[in-house]
Amino acid sequence: MLINNFLLLGAVLFCIGVYGVIARKNAVMVLMSIELILNSVNINLLAFSMLHGNADGNTFALYIIAVAAAEVGVGLAMVLLIYRNRKSIALDELSEMKG
Amino acid sequence: MIASLLAVDFTAPTVDYHALAPEIVLAAGLCIVLLVDLFVDERQRWITSTLAGFTLLGALIPVVTLAVIGDDTRYPLSGESLTGRYVVDEYALILKALFLLAGYVVVLMSADEIERGRYYQGEYYVLLLTSILGMVMMASSRDLISIFVALEFLSIPAYMLAAWNKRNSKGNEAGMKYYLLGVFASAIMLYGMSLLYGVTGTTLLSEIGPAITASGEFSGVHALAVAFIVVGFAFKVSAVPFHQWAPDVYEGAPTPITAFLSVASKAAGFVALTTLVFVAFPRADDVYQPFIFVLAAASMTIGNLLALRQTNIVRMFAYSSISQGGFILMPLTVAGVDGAGESALKAVVVYLVVYAATNLGAFAVIIAVARKTRSGEISSYGGLFSYAPALGVLMTIFLASLAGIPPLGGWFAKFGAFKAVLDAGTGWGYAIAIIAAINTVIAAAYYITVMREIWMKPVPDGDATPIRTPSSIQAALVITCGATIVLGVLPDLVGRFGDLADLTGALGR
Repeated sequence: MLINNFLLLGAVLFCIGVYGVIARKNAVMVLMSIELILNSVNINLLAFSMLHGNADGNTFALYIIAVAAAEVGVGLAMVLLIYRNRKSIALDELSEMKG
Repeated sequence: MIASLLAVDFTAPTVDYHALAPEIVLAAGLCIVLLVDLFVDERQRWITSTLAGFTLLGALIPVVTLAVIGDDTRYPLSGESLTGRYVVDEYALILKALFLLAGYVVVLMSADEIERGRYYQGEYYVLLLTSILGMVMMASSRDLISIFVALEFLSIPAYMLAAWNKRNSKGNEAGMKYYLLGVFASAIMLYGMSLLYGVTGTTLLSEIGPAITASGEFSGVHALAVAFIVVGFAFKVSAVPFHQWAPDVYEGAPTPITAFLSVASKAAGFVALTTLVFVAFPRADDVYQPFIFVLAAASMTIGNLLALRQTNIVRMFAYSSISQGGFILMPLTVAGVDGAGESALKAVVVYLVVYAATNLGAFAVIIAVARKTRSGEISSYGGLFSYAPALGVLMTIFLASLAGIPPLGGWFAKFGAFKAVLDAGTGWGYAIAIIAAINTVIAAAYYITVMREIWMKPVPDGDATPIRTPSSIQAALVITCGATIVLGVLPDLVGRFGDLADLTGALGR
């Protein structure tokens, strides 16, 4: 069935995204991995929307696209801020506070 | 597909402006603050904080009138396929009042602190109001989409507020950690929501509940969907093992924002989780019960054990709030047991209100004391009573309330949570009650450590000049201390709002 292929694509993208968030040390790469997860959600929602024949999933996906743009805007601003202060965007160096 | 969507005649929804008034006032107020900030000069920026305070109090007026008018559930937006997605009932009203008042106290606490920092005052209050608007929306959201939008609405400004100390590397670290973990958590939660939509075919919470029940057996996808959503919110409410961001963010953010995050933002996460548990997963307790049980037990125990060894007061309060979060989660473990739902919902609502008042008060004292000592160490509280008796007594009241000593609010909140799990009479309920009882004792240990510093230790550097507390912080202290004591004596003031039949009955469970 066609829908299985879409869901499989969504699941694979989700796993790649989660792996990227956990394994990557570069802040921009982590942001991109989060985008991958959000897009896997969109694929899922659109596939399910087609399956159920109602528009709820489509609406949801539109909201996610808009909100993801806002999120990335804030995220890149924060990466820029850290780059200005430290000349590096490696996340493992961000560990001043402990305990 | 698209053609069939376009073929539907569009009918405009009918809008109940009275029910929507708190949101409208907040949205208008934050635009005004933003505009005023553009046109006043640097020396008069304090006006933005006053305006923000009035906006929050103004938004509280319709909440009060709605509560006085009646107990019927209102649908601010109604029309085909819109009814029921955004609901104003008593549960929503008490939480809206909580968020608005907590926001007001945070504005009072910020006024002096942010003015001394001397930058971006206007933007600070705009972001704060935006975040509160998101929380007010969260209280009414009864649909996966509106829960998601409200969650992002309240989180995105909070990420920026956490990184407010731009030039300070701790501030940067706090903002980045909060941002990455927050966004990652909401992405995981969204994946769960997409699966939930997939198996039920709707995003309306009141239809998801029956759809789950109707399908009879739980499939793996149901379990996965519920688990992902619970994990997503566990990050938001900093439940162990998803808590690592909390202490670092609380330490790096400006102290008023720490108070805001540990109270309002956390409460919003709990509100969404509670709404989902009661409305969307009424019979899914086989799936969420073990999860919430583990989260609650681990949050209480590990939060407490880590709080014991902290020397910085803000970090101690970070771990203390993680462990208090465990107590708020505790009644949800029995939410699905027949007959126990009612007292579980009541316990969660009362605990959220009491915890907000007490914790905000404690942070107001921390801000006032830090003005003099310039230190966050617990040892800097030595001899506080000898030179600032009022602050010493107030801190003692707040700590005693957090520890659950009668007759303060915290005692009644803990009592309600224990009563809810014991009333259920299940093995899970008894197990969590025993763990919670042990943790109440451990928690008392570190609260009493601070009290001992205040009352018995000498002043560390011998500098016993009195503390000059700004009037805005005095007002914040009066509000929070009053609420802490009044709720301990007259708990029914908020208890009557947590009515389960109202929350679920009106939605046709």
